[in-house]
Amino acid sequence: MDIVNVTNLKKTYGDFAAVNGVDFSIGQGEIFGFLGPNGAGKTSTINMMIGLAKPTEGTIIIKGIDVRKQVKKAQSIMGIVPDESNLYDELDGFENLCFCASLYGMRKEERESKAKQLLDEFRLTEAGKRPFKAYSKGMRRKLVIAAGIIHSPQILFLDEPTTGIDIESARQIRELIVELKNQGTTVFITTHYIEDAERICDRIAFIVSGKIIAIGSIPELMESISHGYMIRLSAEESIMKYAADLQARFEGCNIKASQNNSLVLASQNRIPLLPVIQYFDEKGVSIYEARQLSPTLEDVFVKVTGIEAEKLEKEKEKGVAGK
Amino acid sequence: MKSWIAFWSILKKDIQNYYLKPPNISWGIIFPLSWTLMQFIRSGSLNIIEFLPGLMSMSILFGTTSMLAVTITFERKGRSFERLLLAPISLNTMVLAKITGAVLFGILNAFIPAAVAAFFADLTGVNWGVVLLAVCLISITSTLLGLLIAVSAKEVFEAQTFSNFFRFPMLFLCGLFIPIHELPAFFRLLSYCLPLTYGTDILNGAIAQTNTMPSLLCIPVLLAFAVFLFVICRYNINRKWIL
Repeated sequence: MDIVNVTNLKKTYGDFAAVNGVDFSIGQGEIFGFLGPNGAGKTSTINMMIGLAKPTEGTIIIKGIDVRKQVKKAQSIMGIVPDESNLYDELDGFENLCFCASLYGMRKEERESKAKQLLDEFRLTEAGKRPFKAYSKGMRRKLVIAAGIIHSPQILFLDEPTTGIDIESARQIRELIVELKNQGTTVFITTHYIEDAERICDRIAFIVSGKIIAIGSIPELMESISHGYMIRLSAEESIMKYAADLQARFEGCNIKASQNNSLVLASQNRIPLLPVIQYFDEKGVSIYEARQLSPTLEDVFVKVTGIEAEKLEKEKEKGVAGK
Repeated sequence: MKSWIAFWSILKKDIQNYYLKPPNISWGIIFPLSWTLMQFIRSGSLNIIEFLPGLMSMSILFGTTSMLAVTITFERKGRSFERLLLAPISLNTMVLAKITGAVLFGILNAFIPAAVAAFFADLTGVNWGVVLLAVCLISITSTLLGLLIAVSAKEVFEAQTFSNFFRFPMLFLCGLFIPIHELPAFFRLLSYCLPLTYGTDILNGAIAQTNTMPSLLCIPVLLAFAVFLFVICRYNINRKWIL
C-alpha cells in the first residue's frame, strides 16, 4: 500500500523549472532514495512535500492527506531531518529534544522519557547535558535525527543524513534507518553517497534537471543497464598477451584487458568456463579466480545521469566543508 | 491542548534563550537611566511626572522592535526557525508565541523607569489600570512592527538597520519631543498614522494628565493598529517564508 503519491509535481521560479513534472509513489515501510546532482531539484521536491514550499502544479498525497490543502495535518505525521543542523545552540541536547517534542503536542512526562530513551539509543546520554553548540559534527547529526523521530512519525524525511560525519556515526545512522523501517516507518532519503543508497534503500529515483529519469528497486535499476554477462579472470602473471588469441577462439565473446593480471570476458550469452580454463591450462597459466561481474548502483547512476559518482560526492563534500 | 503545549514551549524557550540574558536585562535598566540623565543634563532640572510617559514609551519601543526583529532573523539564519514552520501548529499560534515573549519584555522594560520614578516622585495620582493597558497596547504594536521588520530582513544587521529606520522617525513624530500641534502639517498628518502617538498620549493622560486626545479614542485606534499589523505580518510570512 502506498503512503506517498506525488503526481505531476512542478515548481517554477520565474522561467526556471526547478521541478518539472515529477511522479512517484512510496510504499508503506519502504526506504525510498532520491538521488541526483546539486541543483537537480531534490531540495525543491522535498520542500514541497514537507510544506516549506508551495508547488506550482501537481498533487502530493501523504497517508491520504493532500499536503497542499492540509499541510499542518500532514506535518503531524512527518519527521523532518534537514541537511544542516537546525537545533538551538544555547539549549542542551535533552532540552532540544524536549522542545522539539513539545511542538508536536507531547506532554512533559512523555517527552522527557522519550528524550532520555533516544539519548541512550544514540549514545548521547552524557552529551545530553551539554549545550548543542559544544557537540561534534557526528553528535549534532545524531541529535538532529533524534529530534526528527521523537514524535514517532509515520514518514521520515532525511536530507543527506550521513554527509560530512565520521564512519562510525554514519554506520550508526544507517542501522537506525533500517531499524525504523523494520518498525514500519517509511523513510524518504536524499543522499550523494551512492553506496549508502545501495545498502539501505528499497527503491531509488534518479532526478536530473527537475525530472525523474529512472526509478525502481536496485535489481530493477541494475537490470536496466545490464546487457549480457561478464566474467573477470585473474592469474598470477600477466595474461593480457592472450587476449587476441582468446578473442579468435571464443567467438561472441568480447575480451577486454583489466587491471593487473586480469582479463574480462563479456558476452550476450552465458560463458562456459571449462574451455577457457582449459585454454589457459594448455598455456601453462593457472587461473586462480573467475568472478562474475554485475553492474553496481554507481554504474547505473553514471549511465542514467551521465555524471561521475565520484565527482558528485566530491562536489557535496566541498559544499559541506565550505559551510 | 497540543497547540497550547507548543505555544508555551516556544514562549518559554524564547524567554530563557533571549529575553532573560544579562545583556537584555541590563539594557532594560541602562536605557531609561541614560535618557533620564541626558534630559537632566540638558535642562538642569527634571519633572519626572512629565518625563515618565515618554521614557516608558521609548523603553518599550526600543526593547520590543529590536529584540523580535533580531531574534527571528537570527533563528532564520540558523535555520532553527524552519523547525517552527514545519511543526504541526498553525502559523497564528507560532506567531503569537513569538510575539508574546517580546510583548512581555516590553511591558517589563516599561515598568523599570516607573519603579525607579516611584522613589523620586509622587505617583499616587497615576491611573495604573490605564497605564497598564497603554503599556500592553504599545508593546503589542511595537512588537508587531518588529515582526514586520523581521519578515523583510535576511541578516541580523539588516534587521537592526530597518528597526532604526522605523524607530527614530516615530520618536520625533509621536509628540515626545515636539508637541504634535507644533509640527508642520504634513508631519502632523504622519504622526497620526503612528501607533506610538496614541500610546504615548494615553500614558500622558494617565500619568501627567497632559493628553491631547481622549483615551477612549486612542485605545480602539491602537487595537485597530494591532489587528492591522498582525494581518500584514501574517500575510507577509505566508508569502515570504513559505516559498
